[in-house]
Amino acid sequence: MGALLQVRGIKTEFRSDSGAVVVVDEVSFDLDRGETICLVGESGSGKSVTALSIMGLLPRNGRVADGEIVFEDRNLLDLSEEEMRENRGNSLAMIFQEPMTSLNPVLTIGDQLTEGMLLHLGISRREAAERAVELLELVGVPRAGQIVKDYPHRLSGGMRQRVMIAMALSCSPVLLVADEPTTALDVTIQAQILTLMKKLAEASRTATILITHDLGVVAEMADKVAVMYAGQVVEEADVFELFDHPRHPYTVGLMKSIPHLGADDDARLESIPGSVPSPSNMPDGCRFQDRCPSVMDRCRAERPDLLETSTKRKHLVRCFLYEGEHAAVRGTTAGVAS
Amino acid sequence: MTTYIIRRILISIPVLLGVTVLNFFIVQLAPGSPADLYLDPNASPDYKERVEAALGLDQPIMVQYLNWLGQLVRGDLGLSYVSRTPVAEVIGSRIGPTLLLMGAALVVAYAIAIPVGILAAKRKGTWADYTVVGGAFFGVSIPHFFLGLGLIYVFALQLGWLPTGNMATIGGDGGGLWDRIQHLILPVAVLATAISGNMVRYVRSSMVDALSEDYVRTAHAKGLPPGVVTHKHALRNALIPLVTVLSVDLAGLLGGAIVTEQIFQWPGLGMLTIQSISSRDYSVLMGVNLIAALAVFAANLLADIVYAVVDPRIEYT
Repeated sequence: MGALLQVRGIKTEFRSDSGAVVVVDEVSFDLDRGETICLVGESGSGKSVTALSIMGLLPRNGRVADGEIVFEDRNLLDLSEEEMRENRGNSLAMIFQEPMTSLNPVLTIGDQLTEGMLLHLGISRREAAERAVELLELVGVPRAGQIVKDYPHRLSGGMRQRVMIAMALSCSPVLLVADEPTTALDVTIQAQILTLMKKLAEASRTATILITHDLGVVAEMADKVAVMYAGQVVEEADVFELFDHPRHPYTVGLMKSIPHLGADDDARLESIPGSVPSPSNMPDGCRFQDRCPSVMDRCRAERPDLLETSTKRKHLVRCFLYEGEHAAVRGTTAGVAS
Repeated sequence: MTTYIIRRILISIPVLLGVTVLNFFIVQLAPGSPADLYLDPNASPDYKERVEAALGLDQPIMVQYLNWLGQLVRGDLGLSYVSRTPVAEVIGSRIGPTLLLMGAALVVAYAIAIPVGILAAKRKGTWADYTVVGGAFFGVSIPHFFLGLGLIYVFALQLGWLPTGNMATIGGDGGGLWDRIQHLILPVAVLATAISGNMVRYVRSSMVDALSEDYVRTAHAKGLPPGVVTHKHALRNALIPLVTVLSVDLAGLLGGAIVTEQIFQWPGLGMLTIQSISSRDYSVLMGVNLIAALAVFAANLLADIVYAVVDPRIEYT
């Protein structure tokens, strides 16, 4: 039996007038119970589409064309829409980026909270209503008994995101997908929400996929990190390894672009020049070639694979610069095998 | 809420007053006198003056208006110049048929428009959607008189299935329920075509918007069946902006009914309007106009009240 969730080389494409556009390509990672993986990358790197692919919530013109998503030893991509619905909101839950618009304005908080429980848990209306109040108290919503009768417009963004979390946790999910849950919130509220999520996930040993572009959030929350660029995972490692030894030139660039408290007052923040190539116009070879400071001729011709580069800890990198390390790793494992 | 409604009603009084002023003076701009129509062309000028004096038409316009207004305040709409019966009675006998026609047309139109609009929104960009949009365009564009005459030609004259007009078969026992329904079918079809053509487009676009909202994705993420997502989560939100369309439809039906009632000889307010214009029965015309203005006002007030009921974000104080 493998890890709880095994994403294996998924390729997600969208139909468009000019043919299929591949938005996520060769994305793979594993996740175990109680673990948190952060998907990091700039806008358009395919983080959200990866999450929606796992949840089976792609828009109608999107589909996972290749790969497999093994969850609790079943390939989610083989499930019928009906079987997928039984999982969704139940063992697979999701929190979205926009708390202000993610709740239905014309239904009460209580109605929206109990809906999923009534569907999945087979409990009575009264039990669900009681549990809704308990859940709201758990996520720190004050006056929970009253709030269940209220409509979402009476709550602030932070409170609404707490309601969303309560909703996601209502059926005790095994895997929680959180797509930039704090991006739309004030910094002080961000910290509260993240602490809350971390506490709840640890208490219930829920596996979490956290999507963010904020490396501060990554340092706070993640057990491991997958850095995404232009629809691919370019580096995957545990959080300490990644922050201590970033390898892929893109990750290195990201690290350099974070302001540090100890830096000189007149030090300029570094940035990565250029922008992500559009999915319909991906270059041959490495997708980071045009922005990479250490680009070689080979990068323009061949596509690098995501390879293990460390003998001590798991550290996968998609870059030709680390082929030597990879060869060394293969050498050791080969030695062990023989 | 109650204070809000009372305030709205009080605000409407000067508006309605303005409407009566405009109506009265516009009617006065028409050349000729009502007396011309029902006097023998050879009547002496002397006799004509006496008739005008009897009708109060010899007084200055301002005095005539104030007299009319004075009567109105006492709840009296005056007498019809033509039939010498109270205007309130004339209008009262016509309101029933118009409400029957309007109500039936609205119910039929919405019963078609709402499900069809939802279907088009769910299948956006498919042939089903294009068919609905095309059909709706046809329904909105075709003039009432043209569709009405076309339907009469095909179903009444060629096929002989349905009567050409009126509310019931004249003579005999006046017809039973089925006879009444047969008389309703064609005029309702004409009115409902236009109303549903318009409404379908609003339902569709409102539903397309609602279906792309974040809360619909949240509902899908809960694992709810698609029917629940559409009807509970999306539709309730999509219907809110349609309240405005409903209020316009309610008010506009009186206008739309003028042509349709005329074509089908439907004895309602619309036909009364045309009759009172052509016979210069100004007191009846003023009464009908006042009723129409009241209908517009009531429909708008109703829409605002319904808004507060369907949208928890709206509160009146």
